[in-house]
Amino acid sequence: MSSTPFPFSAIVGQDELKLAILIAAVEPAIGGLLVLGDRGTGKSTAVRGLAALLPRMRAVQGCRYHCDPAATARCEDCMRLKAGGRLKTEQRPVPVVDLPLGASEDRVLGALDLERALSQGIKVFEPGLLARAHRGFLYIDEVNLLEDHLVDLLIDVAASGENVIEREGLSVRHPARFVLVGSGNPEEGELRPQLLDRFGLSVEVKTPTEIAQRVAVVRRRDAFERDPAGFCGQWAKADAKVRRQILLARQRLADVALDDAILQRAAELCVAVGSDGLRGELTLMRAARALAALQAAPEVTPVHLRQIAVPALRHRLRRNPLDDTASGERIERAVAELWH
Amino acid sequence: MALSTLDPALQAICLLAVDPQGLGGLCLRGGPGPARDGLLARLRQALPPDAPWRRLPLQIDDDRLLGGLDLGLSLAAGRPVRQAGLLSEAAGGVLLLPMAERVGPSLAAKLAAALEPGASHLCVVALDEGQPDEAPLPASLLERLALIANPPAGDLLASLTGSSPAPGLPLDLAEARRRLPTIPYDDATVQALCGTAAALGLTSMRPPWQAWRAACAAAAIAGHDAVTQGDAELAARLVLAPRARALPQAPAEPAAEPAAESAPAPEASAPAEPYPPEAATTEAASPEPSDGEPPAQDLQSQMIAATQAAIPPGLLDSLAGALSTGGAGSGRRGAAAHPARSGRPLASRRGPLRTGSRLDLLATLRAAIPWQRLRGDERDQQGPGPAPTRLLLRRDDFHIKRYRRPEASTTVFVVDASGSQALNRLAEAKGAVELLLADCYVRRDRVALIAFRGSGAETLLAPTRSLVRARRSLSGLPGGGGTPLAAGIEAAWLLGRSLQSAQGGRAQLVFLTDARANIARDGSPGRPQAMQDALAAAQRLRAAGLASVLIDTSPRPQPAAMALAQAMAARYVPLPQGQAAEVYAAVSAAV
Repeated sequence: MSSTPFPFSAIVGQDELKLAILIAAVEPAIGGLLVLGDRGTGKSTAVRGLAALLPRMRAVQGCRYHCDPAATARCEDCMRLKAGGRLKTEQRPVPVVDLPLGASEDRVLGALDLERALSQGIKVFEPGLLARAHRGFLYIDEVNLLEDHLVDLLIDVAASGENVIEREGLSVRHPARFVLVGSGNPEEGELRPQLLDRFGLSVEVKTPTEIAQRVAVVRRRDAFERDPAGFCGQWAKADAKVRRQILLARQRLADVALDDAILQRAAELCVAVGSDGLRGELTLMRAARALAALQAAPEVTPVHLRQIAVPALRHRLRRNPLDDTASGERIERAVAELWH
Repeated sequence: MALSTLDPALQAICLLAVDPQGLGGLCLRGGPGPARDGLLARLRQALPPDAPWRRLPLQIDDDRLLGGLDLGLSLAAGRPVRQAGLLSEAAGGVLLLPMAERVGPSLAAKLAAALEPGASHLCVVALDEGQPDEAPLPASLLERLALIANPPAGDLLASLTGSSPAPGLPLDLAEARRRLPTIPYDDATVQALCGTAAALGLTSMRPPWQAWRAACAAAAIAGHDAVTQGDAELAARLVLAPRARALPQAPAEPAAEPAAESAPAPEASAPAEPYPPEAATTEAASPEPSDGEPPAQDLQSQMIAATQAAIPPGLLDSLAGALSTGGAGSGRRGAAAHPARSGRPLASRRGPLRTGSRLDLLATLRAAIPWQRLRGDERDQQGPGPAPTRLLLRRDDFHIKRYRRPEASTTVFVVDASGSQALNRLAEAKGAVELLLADCYVRRDRVALIAFRGSGAETLLAPTRSLVRARRSLSGLPGGGGTPLAAGIEAAWLLGRSLQSAQGGRAQLVFLTDARANIARDGSPGRPQAMQDALAAAQRLRAAGLASVLIDTSPRPQPAAMALAQAMAARYVPLPQGQAAEVYAAVSAAV
């Protein structure tokens, strides 16, 4: 065993989850991904696998927030580096940061650097998990059990793309734009609707029930544990294909045509299912476009819209506590009625 | 000595010693005692001599667990002194977790992250000392420990040690560790393990994988070249059986019968004998090499039978109970002792630096600065110290951060489910609970439900935030029988008191009843005595300072209900035709 993650394309089944992760990788503006389901379904494996598969990103060398050199807004570090001459850049892997349940505010937001304050008597900001996750993924397992004050922080930062710290005599702001990936089991606690709404897509995962699929999971895991390098080598071709697909889709994304008729349909669907706010339409549009780009389609068609409708809207429906119907079914029904 | 003749707990120890990181760990259930100590001593001896062995205290702080700055040493030395975290110290060895049932969700999350494959090479031995009816250790952690075992009864262990004078394990485990990587993958066995896991109602993909690893380890110990059926059955018994959520509904096939018959409840009835299914195992395993591989279907049904025999009696009931009352609530137990470590910051306060409290560095420095010249003079008089530092800090400079955690408020519905109430009130109460829950989860409040009928009261819904779970437990709420009002009030009092003592939460009781009590506290029928008991219980409720609302559901307001409301200092709301929405409105107005 080493730190090589399990190859993304070697994950058995879980097509909806994999598709949603790809869409989030192509279009980070989609605003995160919520994965609800049982334990042991390969949620975290998929997220880690994707990060390993993504091409390395260019970042400003020496910047604690690994900013994009092409970004117009500069963070504090980049300003300082810029003042000293030209910015040097480096290639680094896309970060995937785990946010553990009991994390303290200091660890998440960043805090005064105790070591340097004690030894040198200077006040330096030590970046936290949010800074590390900038331009990458922030993965929260059991997001529904996260403490409230952390949820508040995350909502705020995820919405503004910026982390503002005003404590311990520090006054720092730094960019923190990340794809929030949360997973959890709804039986153990509900998620607040405010946080639910921030997630772009919501996927429900189930363990494969077919024995053949379950055997395949164990078989591949066994092969991986015995020889991680060899196993990754076997799947390198498939992973490279996915990587190419993502890269091409990112290039194509801007050129994918989006008809007014499609937008009309998206709006009709959102009205029909009664989703709150306008985020539903926006997500539907962005996700459908990313999906079209992934499939190398020149324009968004109703088929794309239909494929993405359930994950994009499932968690936005106003809950009727006395109605037991799953949200997914309600959307399917509305889609069937509207578009035949 | 063959592995299968040992006690199951010893088998688990052997497997763990062969593949500690691959299996992730062991959950050892039962209180402390010589049997448990003996098992741990054996495990320690069986591990490679240089493997670390660390104990993890429950109240460990993040710095010590994950590594960080040692503040005390840093101050003394005048330079930053780093300490390695316990997790990295224990890498490649065993981390012992005593009182694992009291592990909070945050520590469990960190351990679970460390147990992820490739994170750090860790093996956790969790000592679950909880009572059988208590919630087990957090599910996220338990899921990642492959093996679950109970220490054997004392006399059994004594007989085992008697047979082998050295307290070691009678097997060559070092050799087994060398053999382990050579065990080839076997599709039929994996298929059978997956099928068995599915038949036992295990949806997660981890148990089949862990069972496969355990089977490999068992084969390595037995000296087999490949995993035999006996190895796989042993793994299924140790890994899958203790997690079973359903009894397999396999048709009783002739091949499966000997195993099922010869294996009565393993630990309970015949502890002094060698492990019973062994006979069946060897029988089934011996013809195998000549026949080639039996069809996977047969393998699976035999394995299911063997596993089923190893499911301890009563396990399924306790699992079902744990599922509905939920050990999943975050940080209920043991949280009251700690001051809030997170939440909205308050002004910091002078105080000692203890585990769990966090230093407010700026306030500390601010308190120390005015004294620097005096302290410097003082030090010069005493001669130079061991390390002259620029800043002279004293213990009484320390300022500790304080936080305020928002109060968790819980609404407890106490519903009269007796014959006079059952028909219409129950449906309304259910509706009100669900409406309130829909509103509660916006404010992160919780809801509980107690129903009383027949001869006693019953907590149908432990405090929860989960709409999913509430709906499930409400759907099966039965009605009818007498009205044991006193028992209902007492149950509410108990629950309310425990809620208020836990982390300073707030409890709000909502009674839905017509106050026509006819069952006394001791369960005997009779109206006057029943009412008197109810009033006494109500006064106790008032003394505990629990806020309550009494919704009178009888067709016209009852003086008895009014008297009861007065006795418990409750708001009295007559709601003769109360619909769910009206009940909800009355409750949310009172909250």
